[in-house]
Amino acid sequence: MSAAKATVAVWKFSSCDGCQLSLLDCEDELLAVAEQVEIAYFMEASSRQLPGPYDLSIVEGSITTPEQLELIQSVRQQSRFLVAIGACATAGGIQALRNLVDVKDYIATVYAHPEYISTLATSTPISEHVTVDFELRGCPINKQQLLEVISAFLRQRRPQISDHAVCIECKLSGVACLTTSRGLPCMGPVTHAGCGALCPRYDRPCFGCYGPKENPNPDAMSQWWQASLGVDSVKIIENMRNFNAAAPAFHNAAERMNTGGKDD
Amino acid sequence: MQTAILAAADLDQLIQLLIVEGFQVIGPVRDQHAILYDQISSAADLPQGWIDQQEKGSYRLEQSPNQAYFGHTVAANSWKKFLNPPRRRLWRASRENGQLVFQAESNEAPPLAFIGVRSCELHAIRIQDAVYIQGSHPDELYRSNRQRLFNVSVNCTRATATCFCASMNTGPEVSLPSDINLTEVIDAEQHYFLVKAGSPAGERIVAQLPTRAADQTAQQAGREAIGAALQQMQTGPRYFDSSDVKELLYRNLESPSWDDVAERCLSCANCTLACPTCFCSAVEDSTDLTGDHAERWQRWDSCFTNDFSYIHGGTIRESTRSRYRQWMTHKLATWIDQFGHSGCVGCGRCISWCPVGIDITEELLHIRAAEAK
Ligand code: SF4
Ligand code: SF4
Ligand code: SF4
Ligand code: SF4
Ligand code: SF4
Repeated sequence: MSAAKATVAVWKFSSCDGCQLSLLDCEDELLAVAEQVEIAYFMEASSRQLPGPYDLSIVEGSITTPEQLELIQSVRQQSRFLVAIGACATAGGIQALRNLVDVKDYIATVYAHPEYISTLATSTPISEHVTVDFELRGCPINKQQLLEVISAFLRQRRPQISDHAVCIECKLSGVACLTTSRGLPCMGPVTHAGCGALCPRYDRPCFGCYGPKENPNPDAMSQWWQASLGVDSVKIIENMRNFNAAAPAFHNAAERMNTGGKDD
Repeated sequence: MQTAILAAADLDQLIQLLIVEGFQVIGPVRDQHAILYDQISSAADLPQGWIDQQEKGSYRLEQSPNQAYFGHTVAANSWKKFLNPPRRRLWRASRENGQLVFQAESNEAPPLAFIGVRSCELHAIRIQDAVYIQGSHPDELYRSNRQRLFNVSVNCTRATATCFCASMNTGPEVSLPSDINLTEVIDAEQHYFLVKAGSPAGERIVAQLPTRAADQTAQQAGREAIGAALQQMQTGPRYFDSSDVKELLYRNLESPSWDDVAERCLSCANCTLACPTCFCSAVEDSTDLTGDHAERWQRWDSCFTNDFSYIHGGTIRESTRSRYRQWMTHKLATWIDQFGHSGCVGCGRCISWCPVGIDITEELLHIRAAEAK
């Protein structure tokens, strides 16, 4: 049977490792995963490395260095399927805040020897460089969703991952909406589901860590926040510019808010 | 059956009788800054002395000047979650010795008793009955929950600003059968319920309660209390003639109003999920890692999602304009062609629980105004 096992590689680019840890965190299921697939490359878990090609590459992290520009091409070439996981790999991550500023200034301020630092001016998602077969959202991802993606890949079916709003998960869990019942600004209506409405279930508004849902309308939500909830534009921009600051829907909404409604 | 009087202090006996009869009793409770329907074990669990103020995109609880049990209006959630749970497994399958073995789900839940069902909500349940039971493929879980249901309805004696049952002809006075019907009367001197059984099961329960006959004065007080709720709606902004709404919408499928509401709508689906009549669900099949086990789950869905209208090759309703139009024309127009009555009972939930305050009655006015132009 082992000859027929699919080979899986897990790659890390610029990221915090949180998403890969989600895979390691699947304690109960890890044995089943190991039985079904050959983990050929997973530096976080094992120093054993098998050469490519790989049936499935799971890619965490964004592209921020010249070396990564080359590595991602080689990963793609060696992979039959490539799945990007987490806000970094799917939107550039929190580090994409650099896209809004001059990175050279930051490097000069932070590092004693800026000449040792080789970095790109931007942090970009994997899909900006190579074809991505599936993007799994989240910061970090939900491990059950990762298992679903792996199971779906193994059975060659479509993963059951919805791209609708967090609000749907919120309503299905029986939460009384925090925005309407308390006037709290919650990003749920523009945010991609997947977490199971984790924050609202713990009495906290969503801050959009899964990035934009399909067909998002952040401008209308922001207008309501300003006009009816009394939220100021700085707070709105903060909400748009966090883990998915470079996701186009959030990026553009923040820009419009910044320039008083006009497109940049 | 005669109308009887039950002292407010004896309301708990009704709940205890239902529990003794083996029902899981569901009623309004104060939870998460709102009134929600949930399991209760005594009258002390009811939100006595609390009322809701609902407006566009806003729901607030406040303490009422009196100690009424049912001074609030419809809860944030609706009874549908108990009859048709938001998520449920339909079946499991496994591969055993080369054979595919299917295992259907059975309903192990106890019979339910709802206490505090409003007139609009009884209408909503009737609407869902038409969908789940009266079609050619009845939903077994819904049917078994529904057939064993014991319904204690309550006449509304107060309306909140979003209520428009008076426009949809579904309330505030209970106008459909229930097992027991209550009207709460409260003033400085007295606090009691007018009780009327509406079924043999209801009569059996009422017979065990410490009631006395209701005289004309008591019954008049009940009528006046309901009349107050009606008047609140009739003098409010959401009172309208709904008799021509279907034709109005059919004439205006290309109204500029749809573009306008699409600018504001987030296609978040809160309205459809809060709505007590919306019945759409999605079915999800999944396998586990071994590939030897598969499950089929059903969960509530909404016409506001992309996946909802996905068929081979793409999504039919991509734009928010087309999704909002689908929702509103289904509720108020095509539903009538499909089931013979409107899909909206005027409960107002979609108005209060819309995170950007979109109001179905106001959108109707916009369409009417745009047509008149
Ligand atoms: S609390 Fe947030 S996620 Fe939940 S329904 Fe309200 S806006 Fe949506
Ligand atoms: S509710 Fe929002 S912020 Fe919280 S985990 Fe989910 S997507 Fe992230
Ligand atoms: S459409 Fe709105 S007002 Fe009508 S029944 Fe549904 S939630 Fe209630
Ligand atoms: S309005 Fe939408 S969600 Fe509601 S029943 Fe109709 S199609 Fe389904
Ligand atoms: S009408 Fe309101 S609740 Fe419904 S989808 Fe649009 S924004 Fe969401």
